[in-house]
Amino acid sequence: MNAQNNNAQENNWPDRLFDTLKRGGIRQVGYVPDAGHSRLIDRCRADDEIRDVVLTTEEEGVALAAGAWLGGERAALLMQSSGVGNCINMFSLSRTCRFPLLMFITMRGEWEEFNPWQVPMGSLVEPVLTLCEADVYRVRTPDEVAIAAERAVQQAFGNERIAAVILSQQLIGKKVWTK
Amino acid sequence: MKLERRAAMAALLAGRGDDLLVVPGLGSTTWDAAAAGDNNLNFYLWGAMGGAAMIGLGLALAQPKRKVAVITGDGEMLMGLGSLATVGIQQPRNLAIIVFDNGVYGETGMQPSHTQSGADLLGVARACGIRTCIDVHDEAALADLAQRLKKLDELLFARVQIAAEEPPRVLPLRDGVAIKQRFRAALGVKP
Repeated sequence: MNAQNNNAQENNWPDRLFDTLKRGGIRQVGYVPDAGHSRLIDRCRADDEIRDVVLTTEEEGVALAAGAWLGGERAALLMQSSGVGNCINMFSLSRTCRFPLLMFITMRGEWEEFNPWQVPMGSLVEPVLTLCEADVYRVRTPDEVAIAAERAVQQAFGNERIAAVILSQQLIGKKVWTK
Repeated sequence: MKLERRAAMAALLAGRGDDLLVVPGLGSTTWDAAAAGDNNLNFYLWGAMGGAAMIGLGLALAQPKRKVAVITGDGEMLMGLGSLATVGIQQPRNLAIIVFDNGVYGETGMQPSHTQSGADLLGVARACGIRTCIDVHDEAALADLAQRLKKLDELLFARVQIAAEEPPRVLPLRDGVAIKQRFRAALGVKP
């Protein structure tokens, strides 16, 4: 693969996530705005078949997804690593009732992080999700994104599980602090 | 004048059709809904405090041809105040959020809630862009709310002023998976 193609692939992983959401029949997408998800959020907002629901806190999205499934629709939840901490009690809803919960989590605090305040929750994302009986799919490179996302869709809706795709900070790139 | 909570719930749900989906908040409003008559289209909450309005939103968006009533307590609503801002953006025409407000946390020993000291849930809902906000303080207003629920065609928020009392518990089904499955089956949603 030449350098130009390689670049294109590295930059378009949000589009491949979007394609997976469409193939998976996702009709509601809840999100707290996040730089790492900005392209995917834009794609969802521009799509007529997807209801985009901006949230004030991530736990709202856990409840939204449960309501969607009760009514026969599939939802997905986009958040940053810090949002996982906000969700912990609401995960009880997904676990007790076995509601499918499909999450795409962009990581902070683990790779070339400038802001130390992101580190504590970043380090807790995987252990917390595991304790909450979630199935975790960690993605580090662009070519892993689509297959992990497909697997998570299957696991969430096929088996009524919490499935989380974790998008590593090395995939997203570091935040530019001075312009 | 304060309304009696069991009678208020019974009045709101009397003669409900199968196009009304009910999400009662954890604790007393779940017991009230059970006391009004078990129904496959009740999604009883025993937990997930602060999540009732958002469950109602997801359900209302998924089922635009049916009506969704979230009926919860002031403490539960206070824990999810941000969801009123989220609902205000979405403006589903088939969602009613009804708060039974007694100004106390009844399940935990009647400690005063914020609404007793000035927090105004109707004001919050209005400020979040919910245009129809109703204060229900007597039988006539309750009957009007019940009528509005039957032909719901706008996003609605109501505060029902109820007395702080604790009628005997009426406990519905407790198994979350079972509550979910029978709700979806009653809706005719594919497994």
